[in-house]
Amino acid sequence: MIRDITIGQYYPADSVIHRLDPRTKLFGTMIFLISLFLADSIWAYVLATAVLAAAIRISKVPFSFMVRGLKAIVILLLISVSFNLFLTDGETLVKLGFLRITKEGLYTAAFMAVRLIYLVLGSSLMTLTTTPNELTDGLEKGLGFLKRFGLPIHEVSMMMSIALRFIPILIEETDKIMKAQMARGADFESGNLIQKAKAMVPLLVPLFISAFRRATDLAMAMEARCYRGGEGRTKMKPLKYKSRDRISYLLFFLYIGIIIAMRVML
Amino acid sequence: MGIKAVNLNYIYGQGTAFEQYALKDVNFEIQDGEFIGLIGHTGSGKSTLIQHLNGLLKATSGEIYVNGENIYSPGYNMKALRSKVGLVFQYPEHQLFEVDVFSDVCFGPKNQGLPKEEIERRAREALSLVGLDESYYSQSPFELSGGQKRRVAIAGVLAMEPQVLILDEPTAGLDPRGRDEILDQIDRLHRERGMTIILVSHSMEDVAKYADRLLVMNHGEKLFDGPPKEVFKHYKELEQVGLAAPQITYIVQDLRSRGIDIDDNITTIAEAKEAILALLSGKEKT
Ligand SMILES: Nc1ncnc2c1ncn2[C@@H]1O[C@H](COP(=O)(O)OP(=O)(O)OP(=O)(O)O)[C@@H](O)[C@H]1O
Ligand SMILES: [Mg+2]
Repeated sequence: MIRDITIGQYYPADSVIHRLDPRTKLFGTMIFLISLFLADSIWAYVLATAVLAAAIRISKVPFSFMVRGLKAIVILLLISVSFNLFLTDGETLVKLGFLRITKEGLYTAAFMAVRLIYLVLGSSLMTLTTTPNELTDGLEKGLGFLKRFGLPIHEVSMMMSIALRFIPILIEETDKIMKAQMARGADFESGNLIQKAKAMVPLLVPLFISAFRRATDLAMAMEARCYRGGEGRTKMKPLKYKSRDRISYLLFFLYIGIIIAMRVML
Repeated sequence: MGIKAVNLNYIYGQGTAFEQYALKDVNFEIQDGEFIGLIGHTGSGKSTLIQHLNGLLKATSGEIYVNGENIYSPGYNMKALRSKVGLVFQYPEHQLFEVDVFSDVCFGPKNQGLPKEEIERRAREALSLVGLDESYYSQSPFELSGGQKRRVAIAGVLAMEPQVLILDEPTAGLDPRGRDEILDQIDRLHRERGMTIILVSHSMEDVAKYADRLLVMNHGEKLFDGPPKEVFKHYKELEQVGLAAPQITYIVQDLRSRGIDIDDNITTIAEAKEAILALLSGKEKT
């Protein structure tokens, strides 16, 4: 049922990519995303494809898992491809009534599609190999310099990790309450829009109540363990770059260098 | 109403990285009017199993027959099944949502499409069965204590007047008096109306006292199936899977090991009392 949703789900495996420092992965993902927008030739895309394929291979995450994230953007993909395909001016290839496909349109549509797909694959690779906790740790440390400008980085990342932590809990809770109400004959599927909205009341009321209860419980438990923000707080597992991270950074710079060189020279 | 499960298998999260085998080849048949106690260690698959019996979970493989009809056959009326097989979840108080107790209990019968008077009659009856009088009717369910909420939630399922009533640890977290009241009430429904009951419990005493038959689950498999006295004879094996026999059985075993000739078939305090009194009066005569 509703449990089948997999947003940013972590895929446990033992690979070099899983063990990388989250900051390295964040940075690497960013570099990859930037490279997609810098790439403007076939060769640049060939390189990006090779890098992405190698990374997926090394991560040991099954390809079927990676593709799952793409389902969410199918519609976006269709819209952007058809816009580019039909609305770009240039040399006409095919004409269907008032629609016409141009050579330039075909190019941009293809590039656009590849870009979007790689964007999703690249970022899913990061979320699939990094636990939400590592991710927020990485963000907190990586953006730590912003504290100097008075930004509450620790608090924001704590809120983020709590929010992430609560997603599966709330999904589970929704599933439970839904089943309990279905056992009492509730029907969440049939009926028109208004009936459907009404049918949600027996689900939403208990869900909100339990979310608030959990929130107060958690706040209480954190205070009972003397949580008082980031000031002077130390980590059990402080993030530390290892040699594999240094090598990765080197590779990232090499990769983006080549992409830029291709853009300038080709 | 007979329920029959054939080679039931269930896997949580099939096709993801978190596959979890929760039921393995479970087979059983429950006759009309039985009182079944379902026991097993934490995580043994009890809650998973009972959610199959009213079609909330669909088995990964295997069949379920209710009154001889396969509930997985196309076009089977699941909604009708759910009003015949009532299921009270673990911690059912989390499902309350209405503005007052009475309307919350009315939710089930209302979904059954009954006329208004019938809905209210059932709600009144169900509330009195769980021991809540009229002073509670207009209270908000969220302002009640945990035990009172539990009663409201149980009434919510009773009001649907199911033929089979399944309860998942209905007494967890209740005080001793509340436990006894609720279990006695369930027992009365069983005896007076012939309702089929499936009671999930972690209390060996409770199942020994009320159930005619026990199903014991272990890691998703059915380990034992039989009358409590038969099952509790295997108390050594039960201990190995994180269960036990009722306390009183241990006392009786202890007495026997000290050479006192007492029946080793005893599983409830009432039986033990009688046996011991019989022994004592036998002694006085000699
Ligand atoms: N929604 C779920 N998703 C994934 N796995 C689950 C889910 N619910 C239960 N499980 C797993 O299935 C197994 C059986 O769980 P189940 O809830 O049926 O146990 P139980 O016998 O009811 O335990 P308890 O006595 O603690 O209530 C457990 O190993 C549990 O981890
Ligand atoms: Mg359970």
